[in-house]
Amino acid sequence: MSGNENLVELDHLTKHFAVRQGVFARGKAVVHAVEDVSLTVRRGETLGIVGESGCGKSTTARLLLRLLDPTSGTIRFDGQDISKLSQRQLRPLRREMQMIFQDPYSSLNPRKTVGQIVGTPFAIHGQKQAKTRVQELLETVGLSPEHYNRYPHEFSGGQRQRIGVARALALNPKLIVCDEPVSALDVSIQAQILNLLRNLQRDFELTYVFISHDLSVIRQIADRIAVMYLGRVVELGDGESIYEHPKHPYTAALLSAVPRASTSSRERIVLSGDVPSPVDPPSACVFHPRCPRFHEGHCDVETPHLRELAPRQFAACHYPLEKWPMTDAEIRQAEGAERIDKPHLEGAAHETVK
Amino acid sequence: MSERTLLDVRDLTVRFPTSDGVVQAVSEVSFTLSRGETLGVVGESGSGKSVSNLAIMGLLNRSRTVISGHVEYLGRDLLTLPPAELRKVRGKDIAMVFQDPFASLHPMYRVGDQIAEAVLAHQDVSKNAARARAVELLGHVGIPNAKSRARDYPHQFSGGMRQRAMIAMALVHNPDVLICDEPTTALDVTVQAQIIELIEEVKREFDIGVILVTHDLGVIAETANSVMVMYAGRIMEYGPAQEIFERPQHPYAWGLLDSMPTIEHRLAALVPIDGSPPSLLAPPSGCPFHPRCRYRFEPCPVERPPLVAPVPEAHPDACHLPWDTKVAEGGKRSIARLGDAA
Repeated sequence: MSGNENLVELDHLTKHFAVRQGVFARGKAVVHAVEDVSLTVRRGETLGIVGESGCGKSTTARLLLRLLDPTSGTIRFDGQDISKLSQRQLRPLRREMQMIFQDPYSSLNPRKTVGQIVGTPFAIHGQKQAKTRVQELLETVGLSPEHYNRYPHEFSGGQRQRIGVARALALNPKLIVCDEPVSALDVSIQAQILNLLRNLQRDFELTYVFISHDLSVIRQIADRIAVMYLGRVVELGDGESIYEHPKHPYTAALLSAVPRASTSSRERIVLSGDVPSPVDPPSACVFHPRCPRFHEGHCDVETPHLRELAPRQFAACHYPLEKWPMTDAEIRQAEGAERIDKPHLEGAAHETVK
Repeated sequence: MSERTLLDVRDLTVRFPTSDGVVQAVSEVSFTLSRGETLGVVGESGSGKSVSNLAIMGLLNRSRTVISGHVEYLGRDLLTLPPAELRKVRGKDIAMVFQDPFASLHPMYRVGDQIAEAVLAHQDVSKNAARARAVELLGHVGIPNAKSRARDYPHQFSGGMRQRAMIAMALVHNPDVLICDEPTTALDVTVQAQIIELIEEVKREFDIGVILVTHDLGVIAETANSVMVMYAGRIMEYGPAQEIFERPQHPYAWGLLDSMPTIEHRLAALVPIDGSPPSLLAPPSGCPFHPRCRYRFEPCPVERPPLVAPVPEAHPDACHLPWDTKVAEGGKRSIARLGDAA
C-alpha cells in the first residue's frame, strides 16, 4: 500500500457531451453532465453517490474508471494520474478497478456459461488455473461450484447479481464501482446482496464507490456520501451528518421526500417542478430556481463552492441550513417553500423538459 | 357491508395454463374497498399483486386464463359480466394508472388528444368538448399551462408530468375506484412525493377508493388505511395499516421489515429473508412461505394456514404460530420502536 490514504482523487472533473438539436439536427448544444467535481475516495471506505436521475452520478463513476474521457480535470488512481492515459496504458490498471452493474439481466451474456462469464477476466489478463479460481469465487459469493456450467437464465435476479459480483472480484481489484447494484431486486434479495458486499469489503479490503438513488440503501452501505444535483456535488460528508444535519437545502428536500415507514409525521418540503435540463443549466447555483432559500441577486449570480460548514461536512450553498428538521414557522419563513398542505404546483411553469 | 363499499372481492383465483403446467398466480384473494379508503398491496415480484388487479379490471385474456371467485362492484359481479357490459365499467368507473409512464402513453399522439380519446370512449360529446375536458383535467393534476402543454407529445413531458397525465386520463369519467400499480416506481424520489400527494388529493376530492400496489413500505405507511401483504399469490396478512405497522403478525411481514434498510439510521446488519420466492408452477405444500420461514414448525409444510384472525381483536393472518409468539415477535418490529432506536 502506498502512503497515500486516498485511492481515488478527482480534481475539478468536468464532462460535456455534444448533442445535436432541432430540425435535421442542425443546432448544436452541450450537455453539462458533470461540472467541476472534486472528490476523494479513501482506501477501504464506501463512498456513496446519491442523486436523482440525470444528476451525473453514473457519468462520474464512468469517468473515474476512464470508461469515458473527461472534458477537463484530472483523475488520480492509486497516486497515478490516469486522466490522459491511452486505453493500452490503462489495461494493467483495469484489473484494479471493476464494476457491478444495475441490471443483472442485461449485464450477463445469455450465451455464455457462468464459468465463462466469471473466467473471462482471467483469460483477458492471461492467467491460468481459471476453473478452480472461478469455483472458489462462486463459493465466495454464495453460489455453488456446481453452477459452473449453467447459463444465466437458470438463475434468479439475486443469483445473477451474485455472478456479477464474482466477475468483479475475479482479479482481486482494489476498487469496485457499484452502479445501482440492488435497484432491480426485491427487498428481501436486496438485503442479501448488501450484506454480501459488506462482508466482501471486510474480507478483501475493498474500496467501493456505491451509486444509488435510494437514500435508505445509501445510508445503510456508505461511510461517506456525496449528494449530486445537475452534475455538481452539492453536499459531501459522513452518513450521520448528511442524514441528521443536512446543510444544503436540496439534501434536506431529498430527505424529506422519502416516504417513511415510521408513523411520526414530519414536515416535507415538496420541490416544485422537475430538474432543469443539463443542456441549459441555471446560472450560478444550479439549484436556485427550486430552492426555498433562494436570494435574488446572490444565488443566481455567484456560484457557491463546497465549503466546510461542520467538521468534515461540506456544502455548496450561500445560505446553508442551520438546523434540521425545521419547524413549521421556519419553513413558512423560508421564502417560496411550498408545503405539502398547500397547492404545490404553481411555480413549476418555468420547468420544461424539451 | 356498508353502503360506502365499492368493491367486494371474494376468493379471487387466477390460473394460467401453460405448456409447463398451471401457473397459480393468484389464490383465494378476498378483500373489500370502500370510498375514501386507500388499500395498500405489498409484496415482491411474482406475489400476484399485479395479476389480481388485472383480473379485477378484466384485462386478462379470458381464453388463456382461468379465473374464479367474485369481483363485485356495487353489487354487480364483474367476472360474469359480458364483455360489452364490462367495457362500460372499465376505464369509466374503475380506472387504472400503470407503473411506467414512458410505456403507457402513445409516443406519436399529442397528450391532450390521448386524453380526449379516453373521454370519447365513454361519452357522446364533440371532439372540441373532449379536448376542453382534457385541458381541464391536465390543469387539475397540476400541469402548468395546460392548454399549450396539451398539444405536446409525450417525449416533451418529464416522467412526473407523464404520470400526472396518466392520472388525468384515469380521472376522465370520475371513476369510483382508482387502481395504481406501482405508480411511482419509475420516478425520482422528489417527484414520487408529488405524485403520491396528488393521488391522495384526488382520493379526498372525489371520495373514491384507491388500490395502491407497491413494494415500498414507506409509501404504504404514509398513505394506506388498510394493508394487504401478499406472497406467492396469497394474502399473508390483511388489516388496518396502523395495526400492521404497530404489530405485524406474519413472519413474512417481519422478514420484509427486517430486510429493509431505513433512512432513519444505519443498522448493524440487515436480516435478509433466505432463499428466493417460489415458482408458482409448483408452490410449496402447506404454507407457501414455509421454506424461507425462520419460525416454521411441524404443521407448516403439511397444512396450509387459513387467513383468519388468531384472536378476535387481531386482524387476519395466514400463519400457524401461536398468538403469543406473534405478539412478541410482531412487537419487536413495531415501526414506533424503529423510530425510537434512531
